[in-house]
Amino acid sequence: MERQYHDNLIVSSAPHMVSPVDTTKVMGTVLLALAPAFLVGIYQFGYRAAVMTIVCIIACVAFEWLFNAALKRKQTVSDLSAALTGVLIAFNVPSSLPYWMAVIGCFVAIVIVKQVFGGIGQNLVNPAVTARIVLFISFATEMTTWPIPRGAGAVDATTGPTPLGILSEGGGKLPSNLDMFLGNIGGCIGEVSALALLIGGIFLIWTKVISPIIPVCFLGTVFVLALIIPGQDPIFHLCAGGLMLGAFFCATDYVTSPIMPMGKVIFGIGCGIFTILIRVYGSYPEGVSFAILLMNILTPHIDNFCISRAYKKGGGK
Amino acid sequence: MNKLAIVTKGIIKENPVLVLLLGTCPTLAVTTSAINGLGMGVSAMVVLICSNIVISILKKVIPSTVRIPCYIVVIAGFVTVVQLMLKAYLPDLDKSLGLFIPLIVVNCIILGRAEMFASKNTIVDSALDGLGMGIGFTLALGVMGLIRELLGSGTVFGIAITAGHITPMGIFMLAPGGFFVYAILIAAINWASNGRAIKKKEFSCEGCAMADSCGGSCEKKEANA
Repeated sequence: MERQYHDNLIVSSAPHMVSPVDTTKVMGTVLLALAPAFLVGIYQFGYRAAVMTIVCIIACVAFEWLFNAALKRKQTVSDLSAALTGVLIAFNVPSSLPYWMAVIGCFVAIVIVKQVFGGIGQNLVNPAVTARIVLFISFATEMTTWPIPRGAGAVDATTGPTPLGILSEGGGKLPSNLDMFLGNIGGCIGEVSALALLIGGIFLIWTKVISPIIPVCFLGTVFVLALIIPGQDPIFHLCAGGLMLGAFFCATDYVTSPIMPMGKVIFGIGCGIFTILIRVYGSYPEGVSFAILLMNILTPHIDNFCISRAYKKGGGK
Repeated sequence: MNKLAIVTKGIIKENPVLVLLLGTCPTLAVTTSAINGLGMGVSAMVVLICSNIVISILKKVIPSTVRIPCYIVVIAGFVTVVQLMLKAYLPDLDKSLGLFIPLIVVNCIILGRAEMFASKNTIVDSALDGLGMGIGFTLALGVMGLIRELLGSGTVFGIAITAGHITPMGIFMLAPGGFFVYAILIAAINWASNGRAIKKKEFSCEGCAMADSCGGSCEKKEANA
Protein backbone atom coordinates (compact mmCIF):
# COMPACT_ATOMS: atom_id res chain seq x y z
CA MET A 1 0.00 0.00 0.00
CA GLU A 2 1.79 3.05 -1.24
CA ARG A 3 0.99 6.23 0.57
CA GLN A 4 1.48 9.48 -1.23
CA TYR A 5 2.02 12.63 0.73
CA HIS A 6 0.76 15.89 -0.68
CA ASP A 7 1.95 18.30 1.94
CA ASN A 8 -0.55 17.75 4.76
CA LEU A 9 -3.02 15.72 2.76
CA ILE A 10 -2.54 11.95 2.89
CA VAL A 11 -3.78 10.17 -0.21
CA SER A 12 -3.89 6.41 0.19
CA SER A 13 -6.05 3.41 -0.56
CA ALA A 14 -8.36 1.88 2.07
CA PRO A 15 -8.42 1.12 4.97
CA HIS A 16 -8.46 4.73 6.15
CA MET A 17 -7.63 3.94 9.72
CA VAL A 18 -5.82 6.45 11.85
CA SER A 19 -3.68 4.86 14.50
CA PRO A 20 -1.93 6.73 17.28
CA VAL A 21 1.04 4.37 16.79
CA ASP A 22 3.73 5.63 14.43
CA THR A 23 7.30 4.67 13.74
CA THR A 24 8.71 7.32 16.06
CA LYS A 25 6.63 6.08 18.99
CA VAL A 26 7.52 2.43 18.35
CA MET A 27 11.22 3.20 18.09
CA GLY A 28 11.02 5.42 21.19
CA THR A 29 9.43 2.61 23.19
CA VAL A 30 12.11 0.16 22.07
CA LEU A 31 14.81 2.66 23.07
CA LEU A 32 13.17 2.99 26.48
CA ALA A 33 13.08 -0.80 26.80
CA LEU A 34 16.83 -0.90 26.15
CA ALA A 35 17.54 1.54 29.01
CA PRO A 36 18.00 -1.12 31.77
CA ALA A 37 20.55 -3.01 29.65
CA PHE A 38 22.31 0.30 28.93
CA LEU A 39 22.59 1.08 32.64
CA VAL A 40 23.99 -2.39 33.37
CA GLY A 41 26.46 -1.94 30.49
CA ILE A 42 27.70 1.37 31.96
CA TYR A 43 27.96 -0.18 35.44
CA GLN A 44 29.91 -3.20 34.21
CA PHE A 45 32.18 -1.60 31.60
CA GLY A 46 32.48 2.03 32.69
CA TYR A 47 32.27 5.28 30.76
CA ARG A 48 33.45 3.71 27.53
CA ALA A 49 30.16 1.85 27.19
CA ALA A 50 28.28 5.17 27.28
CA VAL A 51 30.66 6.88 24.87
CA MET A 52 30.46 3.92 22.47
CA THR A 53 26.66 4.09 22.46
CA ILE A 54 26.68 7.84 21.84
CA VAL A 55 29.27 7.51 19.06
CA CYS A 56 27.17 4.82 17.35
CA ILE A 57 23.96 6.85 17.61
CA ILE A 58 25.64 9.95 16.17
CA ALA A 59 27.28 7.94 13.38
CA CYS A 60 24.05 6.18 12.39
CA VAL A 61 21.98 9.35 12.42
CA ALA A 62 24.68 11.21 10.47
CA PHE A 63 24.93 8.49 7.80
CA GLU A 64 21.14 8.40 7.50
CA TRP A 65 20.94 12.16 7.16
CA LEU A 66 23.82 12.38 4.68
CA PHE A 67 22.49 9.58 2.48
CA ASN A 68 18.98 11.01 2.40
CA ALA A 69 20.39 14.43 1.64
CA ALA A 70 22.68 13.09 -1.10
CA LEU A 71 19.80 11.25 -2.79
CA LYS A 72 17.33 14.07 -2.12
CA ARG A 73 15.05 11.66 -0.29
CA LYS A 74 12.65 12.59 2.46
CA GLN A 75 14.56 12.90 5.74
CA THR A 76 13.83 9.95 8.01
CA VAL A 77 16.13 10.86 10.89
CA SER A 78 13.26 11.97 13.13
CA ASP A 79 11.64 8.51 13.16
CA LEU A 80 14.43 7.39 15.56
CA SER A 81 15.04 4.19 13.60
CA ALA A 82 18.63 5.19 12.86
CA ALA A 83 19.20 6.03 16.51
CA LEU A 84 17.84 2.62 17.52
CA THR A 85 20.14 0.90 15.03
CA GLY A 86 23.04 2.84 16.55
CA VAL A 87 22.14 1.70 20.07
CA LEU A 88 21.80 -1.92 18.94
CA ILE A 89 25.18 -1.82 17.20
CA ALA A 90 26.83 -0.40 20.32
CA PHE A 91 25.14 -3.08 22.43
CA ASN A 92 26.56 -5.74 20.10
CA VAL A 93 30.24 -4.80 20.38
CA PRO A 94 32.71 -5.04 23.27
CA SER A 95 33.27 -1.72 25.02
CA SER A 96 36.99 -1.86 24.19
CA LEU A 97 36.40 -1.77 20.42
CA PRO A 98 38.08 1.22 18.75
CA TYR A 99 35.44 3.84 17.92
CA TRP A 100 36.30 4.03 14.23
CA MET A 101 35.53 0.33 13.84
CA ALA A 102 32.11 0.88 15.38
CA VAL A 103 31.58 3.74 12.92
CA ILE A 104 32.34 1.34 10.04
CA GLY A 105 29.67 -0.93 11.50
CA CYS A 106 27.22 1.99 11.48
CA PHE A 107 28.09 2.68 7.85
CA VAL A 108 27.39 -0.94 6.91
CA ALA A 109 24.09 -0.93 8.80
CA ILE A 110 22.69 2.37 7.61
CA VAL A 111 24.13 2.82 4.13
CA ILE A 112 24.68 -0.70 2.81
CA VAL A 113 21.94 -2.67 4.53
CA LYS A 114 19.21 -0.05 4.93
CA GLN A 115 19.47 2.91 2.57
CA VAL A 116 20.83 1.19 -0.53
CA PHE A 117 17.82 -1.13 -0.47
CA GLY A 118 15.44 1.82 -0.22
CA GLY A 119 15.46 3.10 3.36
CA ILE A 120 13.29 2.21 6.31
CA GLY A 121 11.01 -0.75 5.71
CA GLN A 122 12.89 -1.97 2.66
CA ASN A 123 15.91 -3.68 4.17
CA LEU A 124 16.22 -7.44 3.63
CA VAL A 125 18.11 -8.15 6.82
CA ASN A 126 18.40 -6.54 10.23
CA PRO A 127 20.95 -3.69 9.94
CA ALA A 128 22.39 -4.01 13.46
CA VAL A 129 22.83 -7.79 13.20
CA THR A 130 24.52 -7.49 9.82
CA ALA A 131 26.79 -4.74 11.11
CA ARG A 132 27.80 -6.97 14.01
CA ILE A 133 28.63 -9.86 11.69
CA VAL A 134 30.62 -7.65 9.32
CA LEU A 135 32.61 -6.26 12.26
CA PHE A 136 33.05 -9.72 13.75
CA ILE A 137 34.43 -11.19 10.52
CA SER A 138 36.53 -8.11 9.70
CA PHE A 139 38.06 -7.34 13.08
CA ALA A 140 38.10 -10.76 14.71
CA THR A 141 40.69 -9.84 17.37
CA GLU A 142 39.11 -6.57 18.47
CA MET A 143 35.60 -8.01 18.42
CA THR A 144 36.56 -10.92 20.67
CA THR A 145 38.62 -9.02 23.23
CA TRP A 146 36.33 -8.69 26.21
CA PRO A 147 37.00 -6.24 29.05
CA ILE A 148 36.47 -7.67 32.54
CA PRO A 149 33.12 -6.49 33.95
CA ARG A 150 33.13 -4.67 37.29
CA GLY A 151 30.71 -7.21 38.77
CA ALA A 152 33.21 -10.04 38.34
CA GLY A 153 35.25 -8.73 41.25
CA ALA A 154 38.93 -7.78 41.27
CA VAL A 155 40.97 -9.84 38.84
CA ASP A 156 44.57 -9.36 37.74
CA ALA A 157 43.65 -8.82 34.13
CA THR A 158 41.94 -6.29 31.91
CA THR A 159 40.37 -8.77 29.52
CA GLY A 160 38.83 -12.18 29.92
CA PRO A 161 36.78 -14.69 27.96
CA THR A 162 33.00 -14.77 27.69
CA PRO A 163 31.17 -17.75 29.17
CA LEU A 164 30.49 -19.08 25.65
CA GLY A 165 34.18 -18.62 24.86
CA ILE A 166 35.07 -20.79 27.86
CA LEU A 167 32.51 -23.37 26.72
CA SER A 168 33.92 -23.39 23.19
CA GLU A 169 37.60 -23.47 24.15
CA GLY A 170 37.18 -25.91 27.00
CA GLY A 171 38.98 -25.54 30.35
CA GLY A 172 38.37 -22.57 32.61
CA LYS A 173 35.58 -22.21 35.11
CA LEU A 174 32.11 -21.24 33.94
CA PRO A 175 30.45 -18.45 35.91
CA SER A 176 27.46 -19.31 38.08
CA ASN A 177 24.00 -19.07 36.55
CA LEU A 178 23.15 -16.20 38.92
CA ASP A 179 26.13 -14.16 37.67
CA MET A 180 25.08 -14.94 34.11
CA PHE A 181 21.52 -13.84 34.81
CA LEU A 182 22.54 -10.59 36.49
CA GLY A 183 25.27 -9.78 34.01
CA ASN A 184 28.50 -10.17 35.96
CA ILE A 185 30.15 -11.71 32.90
CA GLY A 186 32.29 -10.60 29.99
CA GLY A 187 30.60 -9.79 26.71
CA CYS A 188 29.24 -7.05 24.49
CA ILE A 189 28.00 -3.82 26.11
CA GLY A 190 24.31 -4.56 26.03
CA GLU A 191 24.11 -8.33 26.09
CA VAL A 192 25.57 -9.27 29.49
CA SER A 193 22.55 -8.93 31.75
CA ALA A 194 19.76 -11.34 30.91
CA LEU A 195 17.66 -9.76 33.69
CA ALA A 196 17.83 -6.22 32.28
CA LEU A 197 17.01 -7.46 28.77
CA LEU A 198 14.16 -9.56 30.10
CA ILE A 199 12.68 -6.49 31.81
CA GLY A 200 12.95 -4.56 28.55
CA GLY A 201 11.49 -7.43 26.53
CA ILE A 202 8.52 -7.88 28.84
CA PHE A 203 7.93 -4.12 28.73
CA LEU A 204 7.81 -4.30 24.91
CA ILE A 205 5.36 -7.21 24.99
CA TRP A 206 3.25 -5.43 27.62
CA THR A 207 3.09 -2.25 25.51
CA LYS A 208 2.20 -4.45 22.51
CA VAL A 209 5.17 -3.17 20.52
CA ILE A 210 6.32 -6.71 19.80
CA SER A 211 4.41 -9.94 19.66
CA PRO A 212 5.67 -12.52 22.17
CA ILE A 213 5.65 -15.32 19.55
CA ILE A 214 9.17 -14.87 18.15
CA PRO A 215 11.03 -14.42 21.48
CA VAL A 216 9.13 -17.26 23.12
CA CYS A 217 9.73 -19.67 20.22
CA PHE A 218 13.37 -18.56 19.92
CA LEU A 219 14.17 -18.90 23.63
CA GLY A 220 12.03 -22.03 23.96
CA THR A 221 13.79 -23.80 21.12
CA VAL A 222 17.20 -22.96 22.57
CA PHE A 223 16.07 -24.19 25.99
CA VAL A 224 14.62 -27.46 24.70
CA LEU A 225 17.56 -28.24 22.44
CA ALA A 226 20.05 -27.52 25.24
CA LEU A 227 18.02 -29.90 27.39
CA ILE A 228 18.19 -32.64 24.75
CA ILE A 229 21.86 -32.30 23.78
CA PRO A 230 23.90 -34.05 26.49
CA GLY A 231 26.29 -31.96 28.55
CA GLN A 232 24.54 -28.63 27.95
CA ASP A 233 22.95 -26.49 30.64
CA PRO A 234 19.70 -24.94 29.35
CA ILE A 235 19.73 -22.03 31.82
CA PHE A 236 23.33 -21.26 30.88
CA HIS A 237 22.39 -21.15 27.19
CA LEU A 238 19.43 -18.86 27.85
CA CYS A 239 21.55 -16.32 29.73
CA ALA A 240 24.73 -16.57 27.67
CA GLY A 241 25.83 -14.36 24.80
CA GLY A 242 23.45 -12.24 22.79
CA LEU A 243 20.46 -14.56 23.01
CA MET A 244 18.18 -12.30 25.08
CA LEU A 245 19.18 -9.20 23.15
CA GLY A 246 18.73 -11.00 19.84
CA ALA A 247 15.45 -12.69 20.72
CA PHE A 248 13.68 -9.58 22.05
CA PHE A 249 15.24 -6.72 20.09
CA CYS A 250 16.76 -7.99 16.83
CA ALA A 251 14.68 -10.99 15.76
CA THR A 252 11.43 -9.07 16.34
CA ASP A 253 12.27 -6.34 13.83
CA TYR A 254 8.99 -5.77 11.92
CA VAL A 255 10.64 -5.44 8.54
CA THR A 256 12.73 -8.58 8.58
CA SER A 257 10.49 -11.05 10.42
CA PRO A 258 7.39 -12.82 9.08
CA ILE A 259 3.94 -11.22 9.32
CA MET A 260 1.72 -14.23 10.04
CA PRO A 261 1.73 -15.83 13.53
CA MET A 262 2.53 -19.21 11.94
CA GLY A 263 5.48 -17.60 10.16
CA LYS A 264 6.70 -16.09 13.42
CA VAL A 265 6.67 -19.57 15.00
CA ILE A 266 8.76 -21.00 12.15
CA PHE A 267 11.06 -17.97 12.33
CA GLY A 268 11.60 -18.27 16.08
CA ILE A 269 12.21 -22.01 16.01
CA GLY A 270 14.62 -21.64 13.08
CA CYS A 271 16.59 -18.98 14.96
CA GLY A 272 16.78 -21.24 18.01
CA ILE A 273 17.95 -24.28 16.06
CA PHE A 274 20.70 -22.39 14.23
CA THR A 275 21.84 -20.67 17.44
CA ILE A 276 22.29 -23.93 19.31
CA LEU A 277 23.86 -25.71 16.34
CA ILE A 278 26.47 -22.97 15.93
CA ARG A 279 27.12 -22.69 19.67
CA VAL A 280 27.52 -26.41 20.31
CA TYR A 281 28.86 -27.79 17.04
CA GLY A 282 30.15 -24.75 15.10
CA SER A 283 33.61 -23.22 15.20
CA TYR A 284 32.28 -19.86 16.44
CA PRO A 285 31.37 -19.62 20.14
CA GLU A 286 28.24 -17.53 19.51
CA GLY A 287 25.60 -18.03 16.84
CA VAL A 288 22.67 -15.73 17.63
CA SER A 289 23.51 -13.10 15.04
CA PHE A 290 24.19 -15.67 12.31
CA ALA A 291 20.93 -17.44 13.14
CA ILE A 292 18.92 -14.21 12.93
CA LEU A 293 20.61 -13.22 9.66
CA LEU A 294 19.86 -16.63 8.11
CA MET A 295 16.22 -16.50 9.15
CA ASN A 296 15.96 -12.87 7.94
CA ILE A 297 16.93 -14.10 4.50
CA LEU A 298 14.30 -16.86 4.68
CA THR A 299 11.58 -14.45 5.86
CA PRO A 300 10.04 -13.72 2.42
CA HIS A 301 9.76 -17.46 1.77
CA ILE A 302 8.21 -18.11 5.17
CA ASP A 303 5.74 -15.29 4.50
CA ASN A 304 4.85 -16.68 1.07
CA PHE A 305 4.31 -20.13 2.50
CA CYS A 306 2.13 -18.93 5.37
CA ILE A 307 0.11 -16.37 3.44
CA SER A 308 -0.75 -18.76 0.64
CA ARG A 309 -1.82 -21.32 3.25
CA ALA A 310 -4.00 -18.72 4.95
CA TYR A 311 -5.73 -17.88 1.69
CA LYS A 312 -6.20 -21.54 0.76
CA LYS A 313 -7.94 -22.25 4.04
CA GLY A 314 -10.72 -19.75 3.43
CA GLY A 315 -10.77 -19.62 -0.34
CA GLY A 316 -11.16 -23.32 -0.95
CA LYS A 317 -8.96 -23.20 -4.04
CA MET B 1 33.94 -3.22 -37.59
CA ASN B 2 36.89 -0.95 -37.04
CA LYS B 3 39.91 -2.93 -35.80
CA LEU B 4 40.66 -0.59 -32.93
CA ALA B 5 37.04 -0.68 -31.80
CA ILE B 6 37.19 -4.47 -31.57
CA VAL B 7 40.02 -4.18 -29.08
CA THR B 8 38.68 -1.27 -27.04
CA LYS B 9 35.09 -2.48 -26.69
CA GLY B 10 36.27 -5.26 -24.37
CA ILE B 11 37.74 -2.80 -21.91
CA ILE B 12 34.70 -0.83 -20.77
CA LYS B 13 31.73 -1.03 -23.12
CA GLU B 14 31.54 -4.83 -23.25
CA ASN B 15 33.79 -5.65 -20.35
CA PRO B 16 33.38 -9.41 -19.94
CA VAL B 17 33.26 -9.37 -16.14
CA LEU B 18 31.61 -6.07 -15.30
CA VAL B 19 29.14 -5.75 -18.18
CA LEU B 20 28.59 -9.23 -19.62
CA LEU B 21 28.86 -10.76 -16.12
CA LEU B 22 30.78 -13.77 -17.39
CA GLY B 23 33.52 -15.60 -15.50
CA THR B 24 32.14 -14.58 -12.12
CA CYS B 25 33.57 -17.60 -10.29
CA PRO B 26 37.28 -16.94 -10.91
CA THR B 27 36.60 -13.22 -10.49
CA LEU B 28 35.34 -13.67 -6.95
CA ALA B 29 37.69 -16.48 -6.00
CA VAL B 30 41.15 -15.30 -7.05
CA THR B 31 40.99 -11.54 -6.52
CA THR B 32 42.23 -11.61 -2.94
CA SER B 33 45.34 -9.76 -4.08
CA ALA B 34 46.24 -7.58 -7.04
CA ILE B 35 48.93 -9.95 -8.26
CA ASN B 36 46.58 -12.93 -8.21
CA GLY B 37 43.98 -10.97 -10.15
CA LEU B 38 46.47 -9.87 -12.78
CA GLY B 39 47.98 -13.36 -13.02
CA MET B 40 44.60 -14.92 -13.57
CA GLY B 41 43.67 -12.21 -16.07
CA VAL B 42 46.82 -12.62 -18.16
CA SER B 43 46.56 -16.43 -18.13
CA ALA B 44 42.97 -16.25 -19.33
CA MET B 45 43.91 -13.62 -21.93
CA VAL B 46 46.59 -15.87 -23.46
CA VAL B 47 44.16 -18.77 -23.66
CA LEU B 48 41.45 -16.49 -25.05
CA ILE B 49 43.61 -15.08 -27.86
CA CYS B 50 44.96 -18.49 -28.90
CA SER B 51 41.61 -20.27 -28.75
CA ASN B 52 39.88 -17.45 -30.64
CA ILE B 53 42.47 -17.72 -33.43
CA VAL B 54 42.23 -21.52 -33.69
CA ILE B 55 38.45 -21.60 -33.53
CA SER B 56 38.23 -18.88 -36.14
CA ILE B 57 40.51 -20.96 -38.41
CA LEU B 58 38.42 -24.08 -37.82
CA LYS B 59 35.01 -22.42 -38.01
CA LYS B 60 34.25 -24.04 -41.40
CA VAL B 61 35.51 -27.46 -40.27
CA ILE B 62 33.63 -27.76 -36.97
CA PRO B 63 30.07 -29.08 -37.46
CA SER B 64 27.66 -26.85 -35.57
CA THR B 65 25.97 -29.75 -33.74
CA VAL B 66 29.14 -30.69 -31.86
CA ARG B 67 30.72 -27.24 -31.72
CA ILE B 68 30.77 -26.89 -27.94
CA PRO B 69 32.85 -30.07 -27.31
CA CYS B 70 35.20 -29.00 -30.11
CA TYR B 71 35.67 -25.55 -28.56
CA ILE B 72 36.32 -27.14 -25.19
CA VAL B 73 39.02 -29.41 -26.63
CA VAL B 74 40.77 -26.45 -28.24
CA ILE B 75 40.52 -24.36 -25.07
CA ALA B 76 41.67 -27.24 -22.85
CA GLY B 77 44.75 -27.67 -25.02
CA PHE B 78 45.78 -24.06 -24.53
CA VAL B 79 44.97 -24.12 -20.82
CA THR B 80 47.34 -27.07 -20.42
CA VAL B 81 50.07 -25.12 -22.17
CA VAL B 82 49.51 -22.08 -19.92
CA GLN B 83 49.41 -24.20 -16.79
CA LEU B 84 52.67 -25.96 -17.60
CA MET B 85 54.32 -22.61 -18.38
CA LEU B 86 53.16 -21.19 -15.06
CA LYS B 87 54.40 -24.25 -13.18
CA ALA B 88 57.79 -23.91 -14.85
CA TYR B 89 58.36 -20.17 -14.61
CA LEU B 90 56.00 -18.75 -11.96
CA PRO B 91 55.51 -21.57 -9.44
CA ASP B 92 54.38 -19.18 -6.67
CA LEU B 93 51.60 -17.70 -8.76
CA ASP B 94 50.62 -21.19 -9.88
CA LYS B 95 50.35 -22.26 -6.27
CA SER B 96 48.19 -19.33 -5.22
CA LEU B 97 45.86 -19.63 -8.22
CA GLY B 98 45.67 -23.37 -7.72
CA LEU B 99 42.63 -25.04 -9.22
CA PHE B 100 41.46 -21.91 -10.99
CA ILE B 101 44.01 -22.26 -13.77
CA PRO B 102 42.67 -25.64 -14.98
CA LEU B 103 39.18 -24.21 -14.50
CA ILE B 104 39.87 -21.65 -17.24
CA VAL B 105 38.74 -24.51 -19.53
CA VAL B 106 35.16 -23.95 -18.47
CA ASN B 107 35.48 -20.17 -18.14
CA CYS B 108 32.34 -18.67 -19.68
CA ILE B 109 34.25 -15.75 -21.18
CA ILE B 110 36.41 -17.95 -23.37
CA LEU B 111 33.60 -20.24 -24.46
CA GLY B 112 31.33 -17.21 -24.87
CA ARG B 113 33.74 -15.38 -27.16
CA ALA B 114 34.30 -18.56 -29.18
CA GLU B 115 30.56 -18.90 -29.66
CA MET B 116 29.65 -15.23 -30.07
CA PHE B 117 32.65 -13.94 -31.97
CA ALA B 118 35.37 -16.31 -33.18
CA SER B 119 32.98 -18.68 -34.92
CA LYS B 120 31.57 -15.83 -37.03
CA ASN B 121 34.54 -13.55 -37.71
CA THR B 122 37.91 -13.50 -39.45
CA ILE B 123 41.11 -14.69 -37.83
CA VAL B 124 42.56 -11.21 -37.27
CA ASP B 125 39.31 -9.86 -35.83
CA SER B 126 39.02 -12.86 -33.52
CA ALA B 127 42.57 -12.39 -32.25
CA LEU B 128 41.88 -8.70 -31.59
CA ASP B 129 38.62 -9.55 -29.86
CA GLY B 130 40.49 -12.00 -27.65
CA LEU B 131 43.06 -9.34 -26.85
CA GLY B 132 40.43 -6.72 -26.00
CA MET B 133 38.33 -9.05 -23.88
CA GLY B 134 41.49 -10.34 -22.20
CA ILE B 135 42.59 -6.80 -21.33
CA GLY B 136 39.12 -6.05 -19.99
CA PHE B 137 39.17 -9.21 -17.87
CA THR B 138 42.69 -8.52 -16.60
CA LEU B 139 41.89 -4.91 -15.72
CA ALA B 140 38.68 -5.83 -13.91
CA LEU B 141 40.41 -8.56 -11.91
CA GLY B 142 43.44 -6.37 -11.24
CA VAL B 143 41.33 -3.48 -9.94
CA MET B 144 39.21 -5.82 -7.83
CA GLY B 145 42.31 -7.50 -6.45
CA LEU B 146 43.88 -4.12 -5.73
CA ILE B 147 40.85 -2.86 -3.77
CA ARG B 148 40.41 -6.11 -1.85
CA GLU B 149 44.12 -6.37 -1.04
CA LEU B 150 44.29 -2.75 0.15
CA LEU B 151 41.20 -2.97 2.34
CA GLY B 152 41.61 -6.58 3.38
CA SER B 153 45.30 -6.74 4.24
CA GLY B 154 46.55 -3.16 3.91
CA THR B 155 49.04 -3.91 1.13
CA VAL B 156 49.32 -3.24 -2.60
CA PHE B 157 51.27 -5.83 -4.62
CA GLY B 158 52.60 -7.07 -1.29
CA ILE B 159 53.97 -3.63 -0.26
CA ALA B 160 52.57 -2.36 3.03
CA ILE B 161 50.47 0.80 2.59
CA THR B 162 48.16 1.00 5.57
CA ALA B 163 49.19 -2.29 7.18
CA GLY B 164 50.55 -1.72 10.67
CA HIS B 165 48.76 1.62 11.01
CA ILE B 166 45.14 0.71 10.38
CA THR B 167 43.68 -2.69 11.19
CA PRO B 168 42.62 -4.15 7.81
CA MET B 169 39.06 -5.41 7.36
CA GLY B 170 39.39 -9.17 7.02
CA ILE B 171 35.99 -9.50 5.40
CA PHE B 172 37.39 -8.19 2.13
CA MET B 173 39.62 -11.26 1.84
CA LEU B 174 36.56 -13.52 2.13
CA ALA B 175 33.71 -14.20 -0.25
CA PRO B 176 31.30 -11.52 1.10
CA GLY B 177 33.94 -8.83 0.57
CA GLY B 178 34.46 -10.12 -2.95
CA PHE B 179 30.76 -9.72 -3.69
CA PHE B 180 30.73 -6.21 -2.18
CA VAL B 181 33.61 -5.00 -4.33
CA TYR B 182 32.24 -6.75 -7.41
CA ALA B 183 28.82 -5.15 -7.00
CA ILE B 184 30.30 -1.71 -6.44
CA LEU B 185 32.48 -1.99 -9.57
CA ILE B 186 29.46 -3.08 -11.66
CA ALA B 187 27.47 -0.18 -10.25
CA ALA B 188 30.30 2.21 -11.10
CA ILE B 189 30.47 0.94 -14.70
CA ASN B 190 26.70 1.21 -15.09
CA TRP B 191 26.77 4.70 -13.67
CA ALA B 192 29.62 5.73 -15.95
CA SER B 193 27.87 4.36 -19.03
CA ASN B 194 24.36 5.44 -17.94
CA GLY B 195 23.27 1.80 -18.04
CA ARG B 196 23.68 1.68 -21.81
CA ALA B 197 26.40 -0.93 -21.69
CA ILE B 198 24.02 -3.69 -20.67
CA LYS B 199 21.29 -3.15 -23.26
CA LYS B 200 22.71 -4.74 -26.38
CA LYS B 201 21.17 -7.13 -28.87
CA GLU B 202 24.40 -9.07 -29.24
CA PHE B 203 24.24 -10.39 -25.69
CA SER B 204 20.64 -11.49 -25.90
CA CYS B 205 19.37 -14.66 -27.55
CA GLU B 206 21.22 -14.09 -30.84
CA GLY B 207 24.59 -14.70 -29.30
CA CYS B 208 23.54 -17.26 -26.72
CA ALA B 209 24.48 -20.90 -26.95
CA MET B 210 21.38 -21.90 -25.04
CA ALA B 211 18.95 -20.03 -27.29
CA ASP B 212 17.76 -23.22 -29.05
CA SER B 213 16.75 -24.99 -25.90
CA CYS B 214 15.26 -22.05 -24.03
CA GLY B 215 13.48 -20.46 -26.98
CA GLY B 216 14.09 -16.88 -25.85
CA SER B 217 11.92 -17.23 -22.76
CA CYS B 218 13.56 -14.36 -20.93
CA GLU B 219 13.09 -11.97 -23.85
CA LYS B 220 9.43 -12.83 -24.00
CA LYS B 221 9.16 -12.24 -20.29
CA GLU B 222 10.81 -8.85 -20.71
CA ALA B 223 8.49 -7.94 -23.56
CA ASN B 224 5.47 -8.82 -21.46
CA ALA B 225 6.64 -6.88 -18.44
